[in-house]
Amino acid sequence: MKKYHYTNSLLVAAGLLGLATLAQAQNDDAIRINRNTEPGNTPPIWVSMSGFTGEAAAVLQFDLYVQGFGFTNAAGAQYLISGSNNGHVEGRVADRFNKSALVSKSYSGSSLRRQAHAFADDFVQALGRKGISQTKIAFNVGSANSEIYVADFDGHNPQAVTRDNTLTAAPCWVPGRFALCYASYKFNNPAIFYHDLSTGSRRTIAWYGGSNISPAASPDGRKVAMILSKDGWTDLYVADIDGSNLRRLTKSPEDESSPCWSPDSQWICFAARIKERRSLCKISVSGGLPQRIPTTGVLNPTEPDWSPDGKWIAFTAQMGGFEICVVPSQGGNVTELVQGEDPSWAPNSRTLVMARRNGGVLSLLDVPTKQVKDVTRVSSGVNSQPSWAR
Amino acid sequence: MKLIKFGNLLVIGLTLSVATLGCKHRPQNVTPLPGQRAGTVGDAGQGGLIGNGPGTGGEGASATPQGNPGEWANAARDEQKFQADTVHFDYDSSVVKSSEQSKVADVADYLKGNPASGLEIQGHCDERGTDEYNRALGERRALALREELIGLGVGGERIMTVSFGRSRPIDTGHSEAAHARNRRGMFVLLTK
Repeated sequence: MKKYHYTNSLLVAAGLLGLATLAQAQNDDAIRINRNTEPGNTPPIWVSMSGFTGEAAAVLQFDLYVQGFGFTNAAGAQYLISGSNNGHVEGRVADRFNKSALVSKSYSGSSLRRQAHAFADDFVQALGRKGISQTKIAFNVGSANSEIYVADFDGHNPQAVTRDNTLTAAPCWVPGRFALCYASYKFNNPAIFYHDLSTGSRRTIAWYGGSNISPAASPDGRKVAMILSKDGWTDLYVADIDGSNLRRLTKSPEDESSPCWSPDSQWICFAARIKERRSLCKISVSGGLPQRIPTTGVLNPTEPDWSPDGKWIAFTAQMGGFEICVVPSQGGNVTELVQGEDPSWAPNSRTLVMARRNGGVLSLLDVPTKQVKDVTRVSSGVNSQPSWAR
Repeated sequence: MKLIKFGNLLVIGLTLSVATLGCKHRPQNVTPLPGQRAGTVGDAGQGGLIGNGPGTGGEGASATPQGNPGEWANAARDEQKFQADTVHFDYDSSVVKSSEQSKVADVADYLKGNPASGLEIQGHCDERGTDEYNRALGERRALALREELIGLGVGGERIMTVSFGRSRPIDTGHSEAAHARNRRGMFVLLTK
């Protein structure tokens, strides 16, 4: 058993380092996903940990588990993590095979929790990957009435963003800004707000007749896609991030829902129905005809989210239950992962946050390994519709 | 760069605040900024408007644009008046069934006899389906009822639509009977 791990972890590490290097080379179409990082089919990278206790140990275990690391003893690990948390965090990581020290650092300030997150980030970044331990998520809390919240990616330090005492829905981060867009029923019919989290001020960017729902800010932070019914059908629209320059992109009485963006801000992917069949589509932000993104093997795809590295689209398949799936962004064979809804990619393009109706809880899913951990829940209601800041 | 962008926003915000003075509704507990009702609206047909999207409605299909939601925002709301006229839908469908037509006719008759009144149509779904899928489906149900009323002679500017998706079931059970009760369109009478 241990020997398998050892061999696999070497391969995985090689694969990941390769991917990280290649990710830095832009637009290299020749890149193929290494077999050992296939969604749902990749063994964890084995690490051992010693010297940490209590909260610091729990933080490190959580953070690394949801980024594809597994814990074992020193004899079976590729990376040996050691350190202490007496008053402050000190951490070291050594590669058991080539004996090199990847990280050796002492942390101060803020809380032990923050220091442990920073150490986890330093380790992951030393492997050439993007750390996610100090990122934030936004989500909806409640059902008949709800409010928007933001929290650390693990659910700690939750803060209410709204106090509207009505329904709220579909928060999304505005990339590059400490700001959210979301829908609130504050004015009776749902309107879309832009909310600056550093000042606490907000304003409506779409309050037309009918339902103004499902906002998605573009990765360059300049535009917002949304579903509006002001013209009598639920259609896809795009506007500047302040709500100006509104343009209608589809014109159809059929379904259009849940827009998201390609990382270059040129395409909007959404769920639609074409000839009685539900599918994912993409449409150029400057207009044109929507193109189908095939999702072979599943039915009723909804809630797409395009990975920041451009390679994948995660979505929910509605097939009796709800399945979190990924498909290559150009379409193709789908990998079904676990039960859940409304996936949102982390900046590392491998961890997803999703909602689980059973328990009303958010969970994090490491796509290559299918390792799942629940996010600490805001106890005042159902936690749903997560969006990962990136 | 940021300064320039902020400057632009300020100019747009000020322009719009002049354009939309009289917007009474401001969110509480937040600092209001120069507000706008809905930005500067480019006309359909301009620039990037495309032809029919996926699953087109066929030749000549069209829909009736909605009025300004602010005009009815302070209206008195009567949720009891049309309670008996709650319309039910089939699973995953926004088609108004023939069995429901008399309820729509009831509402149309009242509105035609009371020309100062307005109507809010609320679209609801059962719990099957994801949140934003259901929010769009509930809206399509409300829009379908709105088109029926317009077809019966009620002015579209008097009819608002709102979708609640699966957020407000009247039956919290999980049976097919509960689902059927929750797939509904409800009418709220508005009086200015």
